[in-house]
Amino acid sequence: MKEYNDTIAAISTAVSPSGIGIVRMSGSKAIEIIDKIYKGKKEKRISRQKSHTIHYGYIIDGDNMIDEVLVMLMREPHTYTGEDTVEINCHGGVYVVKRVLETLIKYGARPAEPGEFTKRAFLNGRLDLSQAEAVGDLIASQNEYALKNSIGQLKGNIKNKINDIRNEIIYHTAFIESALDDPEHICIDGYNEKLKESLFILLKEIEKLLTGCDSGRIMKEGINTVIVGKPNAGKSSLLNKLLGEERAIVTDIAGTTRDVLEEHISLQGISLNIMDTAGIRITDDIVEKIGVDKAKNQAEASDLILYVIDSSVSLDENDREILKMIQGKQAIILLNKSDLDMIVDKDKVMKQYYELNNEKNNIPVIEISVRENIGISQLEDTLKYMFYAGKLTFNDEIYISNIRHKAALENAYESLKKVNESIDLGMPEDFYSIDLMDAYESLGSITGETIGEDLINEIFSKFCMGK
Amino acid sequence: MKYSANSVWENKDKYDIAVIGAGHAGCEAALAAARLGFKTIIFTVSVDSIALMPCNPNIGGSSKGHLVREVDALGGEMGKVIDRTFIQSKMLNKSKGPAVHSLRAQADKACYSRTMRQVLENQSNLEIKQTEVTDILTENCKITGVKILSGGIYYVQAVILCTGTYLCARCIYGEVSNNTGPNGLQAANHLTDSLKRLGIKMYRFKTGTPARIDKRSVDFSKMEEQFGDKHIIPFSFTTNSKDVQIEQQSCWLTYTNERTHEIIRKNIDRSPLFSGMIEGTGPRYCPSIEDKVVKFADKSRHQVFIEPEGLETNEMYIGGMSSSLPEDVQYDMYRTVPGLENVKIVRNAYAIEYDCIDARQLKPSLEFRDIEGLFSGGQFNGSSGYEEAAAQGLIAGINAARKLQGKESIILDRSQAYIGVLIDDLVTKESHEPYRMMTSRAEYRLLLRQDNADQRLTKIGYDIGLISEERYRRLLLKQKLIKEEIDRVSRVNIGTNNTVQSILEKYGSTPLVSGTTLSELIRRPELSYDALSKIDYKRPEFPEDLKEEIEEQVNISIKYDGYIKRQEKQVVQFKKLEKKKIPDDINYDEVKSLRIEAAQKLKEYRPVSIGQASRISGVSPADISVLLVYISSMTNK
Repeated sequence: MKEYNDTIAAISTAVSPSGIGIVRMSGSKAIEIIDKIYKGKKEKRISRQKSHTIHYGYIIDGDNMIDEVLVMLMREPHTYTGEDTVEINCHGGVYVVKRVLETLIKYGARPAEPGEFTKRAFLNGRLDLSQAEAVGDLIASQNEYALKNSIGQLKGNIKNKINDIRNEIIYHTAFIESALDDPEHICIDGYNEKLKESLFILLKEIEKLLTGCDSGRIMKEGINTVIVGKPNAGKSSLLNKLLGEERAIVTDIAGTTRDVLEEHISLQGISLNIMDTAGIRITDDIVEKIGVDKAKNQAEASDLILYVIDSSVSLDENDREILKMIQGKQAIILLNKSDLDMIVDKDKVMKQYYELNNEKNNIPVIEISVRENIGISQLEDTLKYMFYAGKLTFNDEIYISNIRHKAALENAYESLKKVNESIDLGMPEDFYSIDLMDAYESLGSITGETIGEDLINEIFSKFCMGK
Repeated sequence: MKYSANSVWENKDKYDIAVIGAGHAGCEAALAAARLGFKTIIFTVSVDSIALMPCNPNIGGSSKGHLVREVDALGGEMGKVIDRTFIQSKMLNKSKGPAVHSLRAQADKACYSRTMRQVLENQSNLEIKQTEVTDILTENCKITGVKILSGGIYYVQAVILCTGTYLCARCIYGEVSNNTGPNGLQAANHLTDSLKRLGIKMYRFKTGTPARIDKRSVDFSKMEEQFGDKHIIPFSFTTNSKDVQIEQQSCWLTYTNERTHEIIRKNIDRSPLFSGMIEGTGPRYCPSIEDKVVKFADKSRHQVFIEPEGLETNEMYIGGMSSSLPEDVQYDMYRTVPGLENVKIVRNAYAIEYDCIDARQLKPSLEFRDIEGLFSGGQFNGSSGYEEAAAQGLIAGINAARKLQGKESIILDRSQAYIGVLIDDLVTKESHEPYRMMTSRAEYRLLLRQDNADQRLTKIGYDIGLISEERYRRLLLKQKLIKEEIDRVSRVNIGTNNTVQSILEKYGSTPLVSGTTLSELIRRPELSYDALSKIDYKRPEFPEDLKEEIEEQVNISIKYDGYIKRQEKQVVQFKKLEKKKIPDDINYDEVKSLRIEAAQKLKEYRPVSIGQASRISGVSPADISVLLVYISSMTNK
């Protein structure tokens, strides 16, 4: 059960490369938390300061300095939410802002739900009424978006794993509850041993998910990038170069990549979900055709297209097809194989693009050679430029969801550990179900499911009640 | 009997409130209304069936025992009557936590009925009338009176419907189908039409009961005897524990077997449930034996409890084997059970169908949203069980009376009482089966214990006017003594002397290495307040009649302190949303950016508070935020 006066935190500026980022924290423990991670001059503590004052200092996590910041302290009740509120102005940029938020969460804050600051403002009677309806719209749309993300973007195997864990938890709870409800028909003597075995496995499973959280995120976070081009233009080689490993199948035979490969990479702090696609060409091969169609769809849905051209062969019908496709999208054109005799150059490509789409567009064109490692750093710089210029947007909702998921997993883990402790302490079985259901609910918040009548239904469907 | 609506006559006597039906809901409703000073008339199709127990011969059980305690704490009657008429008593789940301890008593059915009837008969302001009510009379959606079968009209300001399983009732076993209420009693066949004319949406539910058998035909030597508790705890907080230490009757445990199941499987096509003669699914919590055999095919046996129906009868109840199979199959099936080889059936098992309402038409006060002065309680509201019925009847009676007093309704919330959970679930959740209380339905069950029902509710009962001054004073004294004792115990230091260590050793508890407080020791699972009395030299003498209760409360409060505090914190949050009321006249179509699904659900349920709205499935947290915004702007305009 979510408490409404616990302490919440969120990034309140867009997670984008702006000059300044603001992380906001509200709730009864906000000041206690900031005291643990703020280091000012001369042992200055935020908790000893007056309300509505600004303080210069550092955010630290133990010995690690996270950022140089300004901390604004606002005590209740004269704050947006009506609760103690701390705002941290840190350096902009995705990485720093994230780290500050993560630190707050590490020290006891909970990631805020969409619109939760506003909700608290209402509950505490703090909101300016003229804003009221507009804010309502905003909450609704944000939440729809977050919900769509949290369910849709969750990787399939992780979702299944979480569902498996939930099913196991609800089964145990239902068994205990049915025995409590009908003690003369269902006996739980000695059930502790079985439950402990199961908890051991469940805790291990959640641990695994948590480790996964830190390395690769649970959800696909980042800029959705698609590599397109004709067969054998060097798309897979480019992906491998960026990844630094042999991942896609690279051969000299045109048309080897028949499906869409996807990788997550971070180039100088910018996250890319990068997809290698089948080469686009008019084909009769059914299998290859599916791959080509898929590539087109992916490109259509992407945030950024990397169009790889083999500059050693002249442009043809297939290239014109792709040039039409990238119209109106954010794209970078890469003239690959620049170490060979270049038949196609920047002017030729742009002329072609203009003729086809009847518009002038400043699509960056870079000469590269994947094989000779030429132009790769230029590509990275261009990406960085586009990102910082705001041409590429970072999907911050997904990032927030990830933090939320990690917190939910940790909650579930803690709850299950409490069950273990209760068993060891010799507490009666009815105490287990409180924590078991907490774990169930936490995990459900990841997959977007609520409890409702789950427990009652499980009891009746799995266990034979008497009378 | 011919029904004639034309020959109308007026009853000249004055009444304020009419209660229709004298089952467990009706009795509590009528008593509450009369005790609060209103001229009340209770109608029943048979005075001989007042407070009838047509199914299981017991009161209480898991979570239902809680309800009885709560009814008692508010000034209801059920607990007092069962304390006078029980023949065996057991505290269930005693080895589990205090939240799930549940009292259950076997009743002498006839005696229970008779005793409750006497209470009704002797209640001032209350009259009993045997007849069938055929019409509810209204003017401008407001109650004006009721009409009975003879055409007689009684003018009243409030009506409480407690028709139980009697509306258009039909009893079925095998190919036999009778249009009667339970136990072959007359059904009420006219009222449904009147309710439908008022625009009330009706459901048809079904339930069932096992056979009653002749004690003389049972071989108890093949069964396990089930005894009551050695020390009996009464249901009512007003009953002196000394008065209930009676000589008890036993129940008996036996089992079905593969032969039983084979007979059932072979004849399953003759069951009206499977042949389609009865539509809809039965309640999942008390499946018929044929349901169990089909659904839990891997179970090789099911428990069967043989329970006495009373002291002055040879009839016994076959708990666990309700059925609607044909009579011949019932004989074959029961006779495969060890001890029942030669059993004589007195009354057949049967299924019963009846009309009830979709309780989402009710406000949490149990008044119909669209008909002023019309209240309802009990099985008619789609619940099941004597205790659930009594609880609703009491609340409906209280609120009907308060309406006439011009006072605000009594609405218990989910953090106050199982009654609150029960009514909140009924009026907010759609149900396709009779609703039964369960401890797992209560989010804050550690706070809603049967042992503290008086501390939770008796003040409310006192404020309503159903609890005497004397009883309220007793509660205040008890609470004061509990608090003082908890404080004292937390200050009692315990050293590491030999007496202490030997007591610890006796209970298998780790010896102390340094001094501690008595509270800390009580928290150890293997120890208790009682167990440590020998090393607590200054323990005060409590008044004799409160001693047991005080010691129990002190023990529980200290032992489960951490968990209790945790739930109390959750309750604070819960109350915040519960206190945000939604205006009656809200127009959900005007609430911008509410999702269509949510708006539809909200329009259908019309929740009274934000808290209640948040429990409706299909209403998301974002919808709640949007709603909060709208309401705050609405109330400030």
